Amino acid sequence: MNAAPGIVAVTLVTLATLAIGTWGLRISRTTSDFFVASRTVRPGLNASAIGGEYLSAASFLGVAALLFTFGADMLWYPVGWTAGYLVLLVLVAAPLRRSGAYTLPDFAEARLGSVRVRAVCSLLVVAIGWLYLLPQFQGASVTLTSTIGAPDWLGAVIVALVVLANVTSGGMRSITFVQAFQYWLKLTALLIPIAVLLVVWAGDGAPNPADVAGTGNDLWSIPLGEGGTEGLYVTYSLIIATFLGTMGLPHVVVRFYTNPDGHAARRTTLVVLGLLGVFYLLPPLYGALGRIYAPELAGSGSSEALVLELPRLMLPGPGGEILTGLVTAGAFAAFLSTSSGLAIAVAGVLSQDVTGRRFGDRRLGGVAAFRVGAAIAVLVPCLLALSSPDVGVARTVGLAFAVAASTFCPLLLLGIWWRGLTDVGAVAGLLVGGLGSGAAVGYTLVQRDATGWDAVLLGQPAAWSVPAALVTMVVVSRLTRSRVPAHTGRFMVRLHTPEAVPLDRG
Amino acid sequence: MTQQPPPERVRVTGPPRRRPGGTRTREIDAETRVGAIFMGSLLGEQLRLALRILATLFLTVGSFPLLFHLFPGLSDVRLVGIPLAWLLLGVLVYPYLLFLGWRYVLRAEANERDFAALVEEVER
Repeated sequence: MNAAPGIVAVTLVTLATLAIGTWGLRISRTTSDFFVASRTVRPGLNASAIGGEYLSAASFLGVAALLFTFGADMLWYPVGWTAGYLVLLVLVAAPLRRSGAYTLPDFAEARLGSVRVRAVCSLLVVAIGWLYLLPQFQGASVTLTSTIGAPDWLGAVIVALVVLANVTSGGMRSITFVQAFQYWLKLTALLIPIAVLLVVWAGDGAPNPADVAGTGNDLWSIPLGEGGTEGLYVTYSLIIATFLGTMGLPHVVVRFYTNPDGHAARRTTLVVLGLLGVFYLLPPLYGALGRIYAPELAGSGSSEALVLELPRLMLPGPGGEILTGLVTAGAFAAFLSTSSGLAIAVAGVLSQDVTGRRFGDRRLGGVAAFRVGAAIAVLVPCLLALSSPDVGVARTVGLAFAVAASTFCPLLLLGIWWRGLTDVGAVAGLLVGGLGSGAAVGYTLVQRDATGWDAVLLGQPAAWSVPAALVTMVVVSRLTRSRVPAHTGRFMVRLHTPEAVPLDRG
Repeated sequence: MTQQPPPERVRVTGPPRRRPGGTRTREIDAETRVGAIFMGSLLGEQLRLALRILATLFLTVGSFPLLFHLFPGLSDVRLVGIPLAWLLLGVLVYPYLLFLGWRYVLRAEANERDFAALVEEVER
């Protein structure tokens, strides 16, 4: 194993990330107001940034690995992660931007006028953020172990340190450039190697992966091939979790605030749909080629390294090494960008609600609080990742989506489209959805080999936890009808009317 | 039609129409029943549009697992050597999602333009 390309790639990505962060910081100094400046981000740039932030280790490594190991069923992960943006577009994008909320707790407090709802939301943001960060750190360790033979703690530690440096020094503006750069880096890092590998494959007579799928799993190209009714449940539950969970991810919501207005929020989301669609065309190709050229990886437990190993296996020699360096760079960019976005979201909530509770002086007195918050936000999941066994990148991320879909999705949907929501109803629904899906996640992470219907229901909780949370919110809100906030009508005006119409928005 | 020449133009003046509370935006600001109707129509229009798009999504993409479950023969179908499931979920679904999103944005913006034209028009 030649470690040089991997080391060069990781070093270059790290340096480029830090450099662009610093450069962006200099630009943002020329504007008078840091946060208002962020609101001028145009749809193209903003969409690249959202794509860069969103395409995590789960997308870069996990999807190809799942497709490679389990076959066509797993296509629902990338499809769901993309379709989630369509659901977000039609139900949430413009109203969320118009609400003026910076984070989900901000939205909840503004809509319901309740500090208690805010506290529950903050807790959930931290929980979802950590659940999502955990596999990013583990993926980083897998990457460095696979490409340069590093000890299995090194990747997580490097990512944690770079993210901390970036997050504590930069603001939204500089992060926007970093994230946008990383989308295009990730796309290039998958596109160029797969183009070369497809030429190699064509040179080998282009064997059909669906025909060589005979390594112990003949059902590889068949969706739901072995699942029966349970498989059907798992697939639909996954669809619900990913379609509805995207809107509840803390790092996604923060990005919408940087759009100039509701129209731009919609256009940005549309571009995101395009960017994600282009990206997700590529991982299935890696999975399919892996069936031909790396069948021994499938059962070996290191299938997550498929994207990294494939160039070397298919193209021995310096060419393969260079391509390995390229995919390593892309994978590292994936860890850095997603972790940065999540760390910002979690640190923002921690500094607002734990370290510095005062409202309105976040920029002045809050800087130290933000840094402490960022340190907590990064170190806790990093330590968890180092101490717990490998949990499977894409599946853990899938569970984070289930929790988001069971909590913030009902809150956003009802908060935006239904006047009758009350603070008590929101808290009750968040608790039902959060505890239900949280218990399922805990059970699944501990009991990983369980089988049967209870394991199926707990392993993919969204299909029951999302309706449970929604119904609870509606029923409890109806029972506490007198608590509907007085400003609800005005807030609806703010959420739904175009900014150009001169109206009192409260 | 008669052959009379068109009457001479005269400037018509009168009391200003923009009385306090006279325009529709003020109805909304004051949260009157009329204002609530305007807001309700915008909300209803946008929600119906969103639900229409989501229903389309569910009836097409969302029906795939059920179809493949009910008709296992679909799994053997191949187009240009690619299994149908891989072609649908790996390739074709993405342009389709983009198309649905694009249609939504056009219609949602049209709804908002209609709303703006309606409420900014002076009440007669």
